[in-house]
Amino acid sequence: MRILTLIRQVLDAEESVRVRNGAVELEGSKLVMDTMDEYGVEEALRLRESGAEAEIVAVAVGAARAEEALRTALAMGADRGIHVVTDVALDAIALSAVMAQIAKTEGAELIFCGGQEADWDSQALGAATAERLGWPQATWTSALELKDTTLVGKHEADEGSESFEVALPAVVTTQQGLNEPRYPTLPNIMKSKKKEIRKEMLEAYGVAPKVKVNGVEIQVKERLKKILDGKDAAGAVAQLVKMLREDAGVIA
Amino acid sequence: MILFVAEHANGKLSKSAYELATAARGLNRGDVAALVLGSGVASVAAAAALIADQVLVADSADLAQYDAEVWSAAVAQIATEGEAEVVLIAGSRSGREYSPRVAVKLDAPLLEDVTSLKDEGGVLHAEHYTFLTRVTERVEAKAAVVVVTVKAGAFAAAAPGTAAAEQFDVDLELPKRRLNVTGSTKEKTGRIALTEADIVVSGGRGVGTPEGFVQLVEGLADQLGAAVGATRAVVDAGWRPYSEQVGQTGKTVQPKAYIAVGISGAVQHLSGMNKSKCIVAINKDGDAPIFKIADYGIVGDVKEIVPAMIQELRK
Repeated sequence: MRILTLIRQVLDAEESVRVRNGAVELEGSKLVMDTMDEYGVEEALRLRESGAEAEIVAVAVGAARAEEALRTALAMGADRGIHVVTDVALDAIALSAVMAQIAKTEGAELIFCGGQEADWDSQALGAATAERLGWPQATWTSALELKDTTLVGKHEADEGSESFEVALPAVVTTQQGLNEPRYPTLPNIMKSKKKEIRKEMLEAYGVAPKVKVNGVEIQVKERLKKILDGKDAAGAVAQLVKMLREDAGVIA
Repeated sequence: MILFVAEHANGKLSKSAYELATAARGLNRGDVAALVLGSGVASVAAAAALIADQVLVADSADLAQYDAEVWSAAVAQIATEGEAEVVLIAGSRSGREYSPRVAVKLDAPLLEDVTSLKDEGGVLHAEHYTFLTRVTERVEAKAAVVVVTVKAGAFAAAAPGTAAAEQFDVDLELPKRRLNVTGSTKEKTGRIALTEADIVVSGGRGVGTPEGFVQLVEGLADQLGAAVGATRAVVDAGWRPYSEQVGQTGKTVQPKAYIAVGISGAVQHLSGMNKSKCIVAINKDGDAPIFKIADYGIVGDVKEIVPAMIQELRK
């Protein structure tokens, strides 16, 4: 079986966001493989370690620097990488066309994708890729096992969680709590440098963005920051409730 | 035609349906049609008839339970037959799960989780959040049909009219379900839903214990008629159900007031609530990041402050 794990390189969550020339400035900031995608790589490794015979291929579409994120996946244990190099920002629907083509060429049977990545706050890539392949999907997965060729797991629905079974091939999207991703060990980091990353050009896929981005802004809402000292609990609370009622008008 | 998919739960039209109706009207592109999918949905369809120009009803036992493949097939079919120019879907977990499939089926652009939507000369302009809700991105899409998911709370709820629009039954060709749901744990609380509440009271590790959470957070929420939220740490520790989690991997809320009890304010949590209109923080650590985005707050022991607050509110 071949498993694809989709990788995005994103701004580290602890980094502050800066905007320059109508776009979020990434140069000079710490960039990492999205944690959501780490769960995908980890889960693929765990399926293999629990007995499934699988080759794990990490796939990234993005700028030249995205190779670093692929190397992280390889250092965790993925077997090889595919990097579609482009500076074009593809929306999820357009990107899914690239992913689906790669899945077909690779003969993949299982794809892991982040539930919602930290750069574009999109939840669409996994579902759109599944649709293009004519596969079912399990989103926001919190537990997963492979029994023969059936995935058995748990995932989050609108309210509460559901247990599910779905036969391969399928797309699975991840979330926090699915597993604890491993740290790459030094020997594995050394080994990963020798692993293959196949470079391709986006042009070969004939895909163009469907959504045009006109600019970004950081809208910081000015907060009042009326913070009271709670040493005198009763007094502070009386003042807070008065402000919430009379100034903010948010409680009756 | 503008088509919106009217979500419902427990026999009632969801708040999101009223918000979608407002978003649809704002586009000024002719008739607004509501699509109701489900089983035994007559009362829901009747409610939808008060906010749309026509209601398309697919009432079938096959639609008793949501499924991404079934829902996307149904919506794409109706959008194609009705020549919809815009398809509006709620930005709920399920809405954001099946809408990409609708977009692919219709070869349409997808605008996700928009907070604003305008039609400028046939081009749809929208805003949505990126980078863990820290950045607002302006996007546009122009196509014969565009699929849009709308963020909960971003649009005002439409007021129901007095004249009911005509209802049409629709027949659908539905695919087989392949994701076999073998069990579910629905966490019912009797409180107002987290994403629909005007006030949310959320608790973090600072409440001390699961019992402390019940006493302080639930206690304050019940006093205010508010929904209950929780941080990931509290959910991971098993104190609270996942359905209450607010943040990157939980729910995103935008209430009139968000009251954070014993929450320090990790960036992943803030991304789920930082657009709240008024933020109130109660925490013993005055340097906690939550105070940097708070409108009001008290630095103090939640075990003293919150019971005092419940007392004060009872007065």
